[in-house]
Amino acid sequence: MVRRIAGLLRAHLGRLLVAVSASVATELAALALMGTAAWLLARAAEQPPLAALSLAIVGVRAFATGRGVFRYAERLASHDAALRALASLRGRVYDALVPLAPSGLPAYRSSDLLSRMVSDVEAVQDLVVRVLVPVSTAVVVAGVAVGVSAVILPSAAVVLAAGLALAGLVVPLLMVAAARRTARRLAPARAELAAHHTDLLQGSADLVVFGATATALEEAERASERLARLERRTALTTALGGAAAMLVQGVTTVAVTVLALGTRADGGLAGVMVPVVALVALISFEPVLPLVPAVQRLLESRSALRRVLAVLDTPAPVSEPGDAALPAPDGPVTVALRGVSVRYPGATVDAVDRVDLDLPPGRRVAVVGASGSGKSTLLACLMRFIEPSAGTVLLNGADTRRYDGDDVRAVITGVTQDAHLFHTSIRENLRLARPSASDDDLLAALETARLRDWVESLPAGLDTMVGESGGQVSGGQRQRLALARALLADPPVVLLDEPTEGLDPRTADDLMTDLLASTRGRTTVVVTHRLAGLDAVDEIVVMDAGRVVQRGTHAELVAVDGPYQDLWWASRPALAE
Amino acid sequence: MDVVDVPAPRRRRIGGVLLNRLARRLLAGLPAFRVVTLGFTLLAVAAAVAILVQAELLARLLADGVLDGPSAGSVAGLLGLLAGVFAVRAGLSWAQQVLAQRAAASVKASLRRRVLRRTQELGPGWLSGQHTGGLTTTLGRGLDALDPWFTGYFPQLFLAAVIPLAVLVRIATADLASAVIILVTLPLIPIFGALVGMSTKRATERQWRALERLGGHFLDVVAGLPTLRAFGRAKSQAEQVRRIADEHRSATMGTLRIAFLSSLVLELVATLSVALVAVPIGLRTLNGGLGLETALLVLLLAPEAYLPLRALGSQFHASTEGLAVAERCFAVVDAEGGQRHPAVAGGAAAPDAAAGVRFEGVTVRYPGRDEAALDDVSLAIAPGERVALVGPSGAGKSTLVNVLLGLVTPTSGRVLAGGLDLASADAESWRRQLAWVPQRPHLFARTVAENIRLGRPDATDDDVVRAATLAHADEFVARLPRGYETPLGERGAGLSAGQRQRIALARAFLRDAPLLLLDEPTAGLDAGSEAVVVEATARLMAGRTVLVVAHRPAMVLDAGRVVTLEHGRIAGPALRAGVV
Repeated sequence: MVRRIAGLLRAHLGRLLVAVSASVATELAALALMGTAAWLLARAAEQPPLAALSLAIVGVRAFATGRGVFRYAERLASHDAALRALASLRGRVYDALVPLAPSGLPAYRSSDLLSRMVSDVEAVQDLVVRVLVPVSTAVVVAGVAVGVSAVILPSAAVVLAAGLALAGLVVPLLMVAAARRTARRLAPARAELAAHHTDLLQGSADLVVFGATATALEEAERASERLARLERRTALTTALGGAAAMLVQGVTTVAVTVLALGTRADGGLAGVMVPVVALVALISFEPVLPLVPAVQRLLESRSALRRVLAVLDTPAPVSEPGDAALPAPDGPVTVALRGVSVRYPGATVDAVDRVDLDLPPGRRVAVVGASGSGKSTLLACLMRFIEPSAGTVLLNGADTRRYDGDDVRAVITGVTQDAHLFHTSIRENLRLARPSASDDDLLAALETARLRDWVESLPAGLDTMVGESGGQVSGGQRQRLALARALLADPPVVLLDEPTEGLDPRTADDLMTDLLASTRGRTTVVVTHRLAGLDAVDEIVVMDAGRVVQRGTHAELVAVDGPYQDLWWASRPALAE
Repeated sequence: MDVVDVPAPRRRRIGGVLLNRLARRLLAGLPAFRVVTLGFTLLAVAAAVAILVQAELLARLLADGVLDGPSAGSVAGLLGLLAGVFAVRAGLSWAQQVLAQRAAASVKASLRRRVLRRTQELGPGWLSGQHTGGLTTTLGRGLDALDPWFTGYFPQLFLAAVIPLAVLVRIATADLASAVIILVTLPLIPIFGALVGMSTKRATERQWRALERLGGHFLDVVAGLPTLRAFGRAKSQAEQVRRIADEHRSATMGTLRIAFLSSLVLELVATLSVALVAVPIGLRTLNGGLGLETALLVLLLAPEAYLPLRALGSQFHASTEGLAVAERCFAVVDAEGGQRHPAVAGGAAAPDAAAGVRFEGVTVRYPGRDEAALDDVSLAIAPGERVALVGPSGAGKSTLVNVLLGLVTPTSGRVLAGGLDLASADAESWRRQLAWVPQRPHLFARTVAENIRLGRPDATDDDVVRAATLAHADEFVARLPRGYETPLGERGAGLSAGQRQRIALARAFLRDAPLLLLDEPTAGLDAGSEAVVVEATARLMAGRTVLVVAHRPAMVLDAGRVVTLEHGRIAGPALRAGVV
């Protein structure tokens, strides 16, 4: 772990050294300022000629200026190093994620997990600015302070070294242990509170209908109060760290003063050095006192970075053939599934169970079934996002394992589940699928997706920004933009995963009809839960719990008892017709 | 002491300058505001006294050490006293932290309570439009971001108000000239802080949006990686990711170069002032105009005058994240809406669900939607009648049920129950006569028994088992490790969709209400569990007035009448079930 984090930072070693040096210079300037000033006063009291003080006067002024300037340099250098480390880590994480998205990483099933991963990467900044630089600084400054004391008064140096080690090493480690114990006590209370919150926020309809809201609120408030009580109790110990370090600082200063006075009385130390030794001891603790919070930061960023390293180590769910890859398929393609099963790691049942499917050129197939029945996994398998655990996917008669994954997706692609709109213009979002497309091509694709009028009504037209923070794009428009993008890509085999998800029923049915019209003659697999227009496809595959339970044309399937007839019944526009 | 009882005007005065509106609102949630402020004030005064005594003792000891060289034994008293002062300062810092952390815990609990109460007033309709996962995080770990504000910035306000003044007064009595230098330079810290802050603010704000965009690029690309791979663009984006990350770095550094200027200026004011004080007192000591002890005292005290003000600035920056979290919480507290039943306060008559219900021209429009969810719907359900509601998804079936549940208020039209308008009735007593099985029931993180008891908390164990048996739930509950006392995970984790549905049916059995509302209870179930749920549902419907949103023909077979909804309107004629 430590070695790997060091590996991540090695490229930025030079800048880190600059940052640490500037930080050390800042603290040493503060130390020297007080040391020199104390010497200046003590020496002045002996009433020497003015010339004897001039160097000290210059020193006081220089150290005072230096401290501010060095601090500025340190903050810039440490932030620069941290941001560079962040930039290179982002690059590496991205490279690692490419073969993992979307099937190889659980984070791709939840947007919360995904954004946590992204903020985990940012922990490297904290590690540099709040841990690495302060800790290195404390070590160097403590070393210098002990060294200076050793020259003036060796016995004081021993006491100072002990005190600094106690405040900078023992106290933070004890606090870490205490924090761990506290966390163990708080964790169950936090988990309980979170469960109450989830129940209140997601089960509010059930609560209000069954008249249980007031009781549930009271229970949540009791849990919240329990957590607050625990937090108030643990405050007694968590506040100890800083105070203990301050106490060590005080005791050490007094002890050093005792030693200085004793040696001075025996004639072993010049009088002017008494305040110097004492004040150096007092002030050398300044960079050491913040180590308690720094070590707590270290713990936090360490668990974040551990999660990042785990991502870097996740094996790709699909192995690429490398140099042995077949040349990319050309011309019309034929796709076939032969006894394909998929089981996710850790699962006990197959998500897709022995599925056969034939897609000769021009064939259009619809896959229907309840959510979780394996429809999207089937598409992921076709796109080679995931490897079948049994059976084969054949592309022009050859196992798709023998093709480069990107070559497979060049011929089999379309609208994936949760298709993403990037935070850029509509034009750029569409041209992702075909960088060479002209504006006319884009407008034609938008037209088919029934979006052209909307885009042309926008003040900025194709240059309108969309995406997460891009403003007013409804769920339906988002879905239709994804559809236009897939149409623009124009692959030999089009996959459409719930293309009408999020549209109101009337436009969904209209769009589905248009869609089937525009893909006529093109190999198409559409996953849907709306059945309107499916009489136009060649085959309908009904899935339940990973298995194909029914297949045939619309006319065949509505004629027999079974899940498809039930689905059709439920979605018929009007019974009276 | 006059500060004991912090009077309101004083609080406002501090507030106007150093506590923004948000922070003052946060403090208003502190149950023991006066106790806490009194505590911080006393601790700050004590800390100031300790700093003065410490400097006094240290100056005396060190001056003696330089001039006379007394043995350590002869000054043992002073040394002991100094050690004692150090111990007192450590103790004061501990007490301040304890007080601050305890105050933080109380404020977090009180904020949580206000937000939760408000979410329940706003109701399920409002919550369905929210990112509830994010809200849960905010109310949990998110609120911990308030800790730095309470343990850092807030107590520092008291220290910054007391210590510089005390130090200045002490220095003035020792050496007026030094006090004048400090008096002149001390205000430079807030003045420069404000000046630099104002001049950098515009530059930073100008770059802020660009920074936000560049910083958000990584999340955007990572979230869109499946899409990039689908179109073979993933590898070509790798270069882009590195380039944007580097642009983000240089843009951030551009901002920081300006932002850190403020700390440079403050640091310089503080350290140069110490130099400004130290050099003249050195020269005056040289001339014999100033005793060494006084000179050392001034040198030791001078930095203490500046420290609290500088710390205040950096603590403020460290605590801004907490204020942002507080702002998110207050946004919920202030959210508009919430469909509280007007007569919920009580006193209104309770309509009789057993007398049947009648929809009269009910229209429901959701904000931001063009099409009405329900459009002029009139429908009567007689006592004891079983009505199946069918139609394509999105036709308004669930909305109609939600109107009956009182979760949605009609935009126009009314619903009558036993001749009484639901809109003016007591919602709670109305709902007491309903049982509901939703499409996706929420299972609570409690035991199985408690989940079944949701609508009848006083039901006996036998009642619970009987209801579960009727709902075909007993067979799998009995096999759970601790039976009915098995705690369910979050959202009923560990149970299949069919099992959850059967728990919800058991809930409805136990509720034993005259009017039963079922919203596609078999939607999304696999074929195996569907059959069991259909059978249990048929049993539940016996002898009750029923409105069932039907998803399968099997659900309709038991209904007396079938009503078809399409685009929010009743489309089909009322058919006898046998016709299907």
